[in-house]
Amino acid sequence: MTKLNDLTLVEARDGLAAGAFSAVELTEDCIEAMEAARDLNIFITETPEIARERAGEADARRAKGESLGAMDGIPVAIKDLFCTDGVLTTAASHILDGFHPPYESTITQNLRDAGAVMLGKTNLDEFAMGSSNMTSYYGPVTNAWAGANGEDLVPGGSSGGSVTAVAAHVCPGSLGTDTGGSIRQPASLCGVVGMKPTYGRCSRWGTVAFASSLDQAGPFARTVRDSAILLEAMAGHDPKDTTSAPVDVPDFEAAITGNIQGLKVGIPKEYTLDGMPAEIQALWDQGAEWLKGQGAEIKPVSLPHTKYALPAYYIVAPAEASSNLARYDGVRYGLRVDGDSLDEMYANTRGAGFGAEVRRRVMIGTYVLSAGYYDAYYVKAQQVRTKILDEFKQVFEDVDVLLTPTAPNAAFPIGAKMDDPVAMYLNDIFTVPANMAGLPGISVPAGLDADGLPLGLQIVAKPFDEETMFLAADAIERAAEFTAKPKYLGGQ
Amino acid sequence: MAYILKGETGDWEVVIGLEVHAQVSSQAKLFSGSPTAFGADPNSQVSLVDAAMPGMLPVINKFCVEQAVKTGLGLQAQINLHSVFERKNYFYADLPQGYQISQYLYPVVGEGTVVLDMPDGSAREIGVERLHMEQDAGKSMHDQDPKRSMIDLNRAGVCLMEIVSKPDLRSPEEAGIYVRKIRSILRYLGTCDGNMEQGSMRADVNVSVRHPGEEEYRTRAEIKNVNSVRFIMQTIEVEAERQVDVWESGGEVVQETRQFDANKGETRSMRAKEFAHDYRYFPDPDLLPLDLDQAFVDDLAATLPELPDAKKDRFIEHFGLSAYDAGVLVAEKETADFFEEVAEGRDAKLAVNWLTTNLFGHLNAASKSITESPVSAAQMGELLDLMADDTISTRIAKDVFEEMFETSKSAGAIVAEKGLKQITDTGAIEAAVDQAIADNPGQADEVRGGNDKAIGWFVGQVMKATQGKANPQMVNQLLRDKLKG
Repeated sequence: MTKLNDLTLVEARDGLAAGAFSAVELTEDCIEAMEAARDLNIFITETPEIARERAGEADARRAKGESLGAMDGIPVAIKDLFCTDGVLTTAASHILDGFHPPYESTITQNLRDAGAVMLGKTNLDEFAMGSSNMTSYYGPVTNAWAGANGEDLVPGGSSGGSVTAVAAHVCPGSLGTDTGGSIRQPASLCGVVGMKPTYGRCSRWGTVAFASSLDQAGPFARTVRDSAILLEAMAGHDPKDTTSAPVDVPDFEAAITGNIQGLKVGIPKEYTLDGMPAEIQALWDQGAEWLKGQGAEIKPVSLPHTKYALPAYYIVAPAEASSNLARYDGVRYGLRVDGDSLDEMYANTRGAGFGAEVRRRVMIGTYVLSAGYYDAYYVKAQQVRTKILDEFKQVFEDVDVLLTPTAPNAAFPIGAKMDDPVAMYLNDIFTVPANMAGLPGISVPAGLDADGLPLGLQIVAKPFDEETMFLAADAIERAAEFTAKPKYLGGQ
Repeated sequence: MAYILKGETGDWEVVIGLEVHAQVSSQAKLFSGSPTAFGADPNSQVSLVDAAMPGMLPVINKFCVEQAVKTGLGLQAQINLHSVFERKNYFYADLPQGYQISQYLYPVVGEGTVVLDMPDGSAREIGVERLHMEQDAGKSMHDQDPKRSMIDLNRAGVCLMEIVSKPDLRSPEEAGIYVRKIRSILRYLGTCDGNMEQGSMRADVNVSVRHPGEEEYRTRAEIKNVNSVRFIMQTIEVEAERQVDVWESGGEVVQETRQFDANKGETRSMRAKEFAHDYRYFPDPDLLPLDLDQAFVDDLAATLPELPDAKKDRFIEHFGLSAYDAGVLVAEKETADFFEEVAEGRDAKLAVNWLTTNLFGHLNAASKSITESPVSAAQMGELLDLMADDTISTRIAKDVFEEMFETSKSAGAIVAEKGLKQITDTGAIEAAVDQAIADNPGQADEVRGGNDKAIGWFVGQVMKATQGKANPQMVNQLLRDKLKG
């Protein structure tokens, strides 16, 4: 018998609408899968009681003919970076020990208002800083896909728990955040669809901040269409976030028409890296062929400053993080380690509360903002950012979307690259430019490498043109016919 | 007159710049909806944003922006249509975010001018460097518990305007006049209540000294958080003296932050640890730049009230007041309004005299402000009217005023009640005069012999006989007619 947790979001939606099963039944299967998959360390906090209660409410609504729409009764996993009213919220950091926010983030509230069912809070790299989920205070997440010799792999990061919840069929969709690739890179490494909306499409209110000018919430799902449905429930202008854009939320699903005739697709030549695995280059070429075969026009384009995006990102993001994380000082909430003076209490608390990667980035950020270095680093990085934005604008006068690889490698073994932060940072080389320019991007599973591990292709689109992005991503998805399944499914 | 310190090596002048922190009179904080009322229970006016809970974001309060722009206009300053909020990063227990949101490179208001009315009637123009908006911090209390410090976040996030002067001030007196003038302008505009006791206004005082004629400024010290005009003046005096001593003993004044100790009457260095900050300013990524359009500014400009300088000019012009009197009257808007109501359509100079010599003195003695005056402007006007139409004499008017101040009754009521109406009936006065002359033949002879002073004595006698109600001019005239005519 098919377990309901194996259904895609669209299948679950349609099944609920048709009365084939109830939200409670769907949720019970997801809870069972969640419990069965505990070895993967996907969840920091499971919330089965909340899930059952909300599923019951969804069924009650449906019984009265008052369904809230596509998401009503659909179980989702929530990255533990979103504050959830009364539910432990950790950002996978020791410093937020015992923190139960008395408020609900706008994104999770939007999902609640749409009837979605929260299964639990998922593991992540501490404060979303990492590309492997190795920096979590709660330990690494194990990728649902295993290596060629059965070895445990990282799911990527930082949204390692949320991506694995979807990859391992715990639930049809989940929420992540993407500051430099934290949705798209893990999606690529785990064979699911992950998308980052345009900066300002989703409210940041109530989401623990990493780098304010780059952070965006976004969905994980197993299909492009599922992603479109989830995003629609998340997105919208929020007066509580000044950087959220006062634009309407379109019907994203309706944009997926299957017709890409005449779509202009740019292939940025600077995304070809020395030493990039040949199979990634080949998959990229294949992707272009798929789109061309469906009537798209493929155009080589140039984004010369791409190579500066990652270095500039590793100035801007830590700079903002060093300031954003100053509030974790032991005074008002979370961990406090006492000291003989206020300064000592700060040092003790932050020294014990933050892990090595967070401390590294706080130090980098503090350094680049310091007197005497600010102009050389921060100001310069912002200039690079402006340059990158201008180049994208220029290129988007000629093309509708860009096609690139999502990540320069497939999933790697747990523990790898930990002694080489720069090698780890390189994981985000293809995803970071979209964050720097605030553009929407999506990773679609497109093939497998020689070890049978998934690889994704990325579509990047113009600001607030997620519709065209979904349209192109759907074309890749249909052509790729990606059906491979990970080793761990529903905890089996 | 120049303020000069006499040193052993010569004369020294003092160079002063002030950073006035003025709390915007707003119901809500700069970036949150929390109330700002003074004196509430600790931590009763704190939102999730003020407490810097994870994921909280600032949203600018438009009202506060309007007040800052209005203040800029009142300081005759450049309004910058583009300004930027930045983060000033430092750790302190009463700074929940770990940074203060402030404006740094791009303040909302640029250069302006404040005109000081000096006691000698001259005017001094003091440059304003800039005005920017920023959040206030909370309050640390170290005296509530033997081991722990307590934090009250009610003030955290309240909107302050920091008004930075150019180093144009040259004496404690000028600094005092400058602060009072700023406070006056803010109160006229209604953008800050200027209440220094409640911390709505305080100043950081930058002081350096140099020999007159030196082109360059010497190193300055900054005395933080001085919270009264008197203390601002005192701190300048003692700090200037300290610096002169340092220079003259062969030392160097170091650039540092100091604290004024009012009890000891001295400034002292704050420990290096407390001020050696590298604030790491950078634009706050949670907030978009503040971009105003000219129409927004023009609309605010159109609503500006008449400000003290303009009012002073008008008082001089319209009421014929001296520059000094006009300056005194316009310093507080309420006083100016009071005066204007009394003076309009009456003898303005008489009005000034009655206010400055009688009402203000009484208010002072009773520790009351003009708005708490037991005598209203209308009542004061009525009193002047009674003098003008000879219903009462000036002397009687003083008694009536005393009574008015005591009881808040109207002048007319008091005059009627006590029968103080002046006697202007010639027959009645003549009878009293005749009686006085008859009763005092000796003095009458003296007057007849040419001693004019004795007339005054007779006037007194007649006034006494009529309980002060006789018209003094008529008494005088009749006496002269009868004794010298």
